[in-house]
Amino acid sequence: MITYIVRRTLYMLPLLIIVSLISFLLIYIMPGDYLTRAQMNPQVTQETLAQMRAAYGLDQSVLVQYWLWLKQIILHGNFGMSFETMRPVFWTLFMGGRLMWTIIVSLTTMLLTWMISIPLGIYSATHQYKPSDHTLTFFGFLGLSIPNFFFALVLLWLLVAVFKVGNHGLGVGGLFDNRFIAAPWSLAKFGNLLWHIWPAWLVIGTSGMAGLIRYMRGSLLDTLSLQYVQTARAKGLPERTVIYKHAVRNAINPLVSMLGMSLPGLVSGSLITAIVLNLPTVERAFFSALQMQDQYVIMGGLLFFSLFLLLGNLIADILLAWVDPRIRYS
Amino acid sequence: MGLFRREKEPPREGDKQEYVSPSQWKMIWRAFRKHRLGNVGMAIILVLIVGAVFAEFFAPYDYKDQYNSYSFSPPSTLHFRSESGFSLRPFVYKTKRTFDRETYRPVFTEDTSKKYYIRLFVRGSEYRLLGLFKTNIHFFGARSEDGDEAMVFLFGADAYGRDLFTRVMIGGRISLAVGPFVILLGFPISIFLGGISGYYGGGVDMFLQRFGEVFMAIPGLPILLVIGAALSGFGLSAVLVFFGIIGALTIVSWAGMARVIRGQVLAIRQMDFVSSAKAAGASDVRIIIRHIAPNVTSYLVVAATLTIPGMMLSEAALSFLGYGIHEPMTSWGQLLNAATNISGIQEHPWLLIPGVFIVISVLAFNFMGDALRDAVDPFSIV
Repeated sequence: MITYIVRRTLYMLPLLIIVSLISFLLIYIMPGDYLTRAQMNPQVTQETLAQMRAAYGLDQSVLVQYWLWLKQIILHGNFGMSFETMRPVFWTLFMGGRLMWTIIVSLTTMLLTWMISIPLGIYSATHQYKPSDHTLTFFGFLGLSIPNFFFALVLLWLLVAVFKVGNHGLGVGGLFDNRFIAAPWSLAKFGNLLWHIWPAWLVIGTSGMAGLIRYMRGSLLDTLSLQYVQTARAKGLPERTVIYKHAVRNAINPLVSMLGMSLPGLVSGSLITAIVLNLPTVERAFFSALQMQDQYVIMGGLLFFSLFLLLGNLIADILLAWVDPRIRYS
Repeated sequence: MGLFRREKEPPREGDKQEYVSPSQWKMIWRAFRKHRLGNVGMAIILVLIVGAVFAEFFAPYDYKDQYNSYSFSPPSTLHFRSESGFSLRPFVYKTKRTFDRETYRPVFTEDTSKKYYIRLFVRGSEYRLLGLFKTNIHFFGARSEDGDEAMVFLFGADAYGRDLFTRVMIGGRISLAVGPFVILLGFPISIFLGGISGYYGGGVDMFLQRFGEVFMAIPGLPILLVIGAALSGFGLSAVLVFFGIIGALTIVSWAGMARVIRGQVLAIRQMDFVSSAKAAGASDVRIIIRHIAPNVTSYLVVAATLTIPGMMLSEAALSFLGYGIHEPMTSWGQLLNAATNISGIQEHPWLLIPGVFIVISVLAFNFMGDALRDAVDPFSIV
């Protein structure tokens, strides 16, 4: 098991290096860089510009630039500087609570989605073809089909224009109302956080729920048709025991792999939601960098998202092997 | 999975029992017809396609025409009742823009002195139907008894006073075209590479799998945003940007599709009839064309249908953020780009209407794809 994990982790390295090359080349061919924009600024002198160019190796060939960047990452863990914040990329992307909030928003969304979807999937399977099953499936599909950004926009509009939450002293967007941002943690601040975070849960969660509900439903229906379930019923066990003790426990196994698979989806889903709902996450920092053509931050962000994706796949495989002893590592 | 499956009707007495084995496609079609939601989805898609093909005809105006005095005009109210009684034929009034003295916001007031009835097949701006026939007949428009014209904004107008209904009709073309274009470009690649990988296995398979994994290691939306930013940075024409977006979507999606196809080919290759064909001395080409291809095509159709919603959503997200389709071209996502800030939406909520079309069409494709998947797989129990 451990050798398997180590091998898989090592295998991620060449992939990440190729991804880094691709993102570097993409940014390189992008016309205009941050320095071109700095040139327009009369406050920046020619000397400063020349200094910056030399410091980042921007006047050298592509491969030299890429090599300099990669060497910095490998030797010093330095992903470059942000031209916008004049701080390291790592700081720009992750610090200031950005990484923490990304993790909090992603994990809580995932937890909630699972806590709601699994029971709904079981319900759907045990009520196959009943109106309630159809209704659930329909709403699942609806959640799947609404673009996250549109859902977020409609939600904002409903809250602000229709329910007029502003009249009750409640703000929308961000994670806190202004008066709470600098305040120390208190029950009121936590309540305010909950008020701001539920739209994010709703928007990001609904897009993943349909898949989970349908997967759980399908898996349980498969299991319920197996012979040992029939045996359990024939023994005269109550239906509750048959479903929850015999069927569900086995039906839930294949879903575990979806746990890891849903990680990358969460990043893409929360990327656009974070932009519309103005959440202070890594994704948002990445988007601002993109708008500012802050090249090293963009490249660092792409690498981070890629790492997140590969880790998600790895977790999926490990979990699957863990719950299902029949799977061999090869 | 079975959605809204209709009960099978028992054969009536006197029905002639025929024993013919229907073709595979006929059986799939029959199974598909039993899915109510799938059929509804297909009907919606057909309506949307007809709307997109004849967009200029259904739209009352040219999508680029700016009626500056109608900037941010709310949707026109269709009246059925006036002082002279009820009329089945809706009519609109001309509106006039004044500015609120305190807030300086535009206020549109109706001039109720003259009625402008909605008439069908009216003459308006000139266009080429299907890009071929020059005509100026539009599906509807508002005209008074003496032939005077009034503007009718079914979905309101945008900042430049362009009719949002017209723009939704024209934008639907791009939104609906993205999916099929990506399939047209990406499927041949996926089928070729996935097919080779699954059929030959071994080193080729190994190499192609690793190659595909690189593409799957790149996160979709972030890389699409970067490519979109690069495309718009070059100052390319809108058409080139459109094809650039298609290319970008193909790059991020081909590997996943190739993997599915590889799995299918791999499964079929191990079946007895393939081994028999091999034993009988059939060439690789013959086995692929005669034995494997017919068994994979139905899955390909399903995969294609289920690929479209994801592509539509990606395009919408990109265009919404300003890194996808851009002016003068338009798509539903691009139209929503005008509704990015909350104060704007609060004052002009009708700018959200294009999003409803995204939801409806993506939903329709999902329903249809889901029903097709069930129809194709006779062994699935759900």
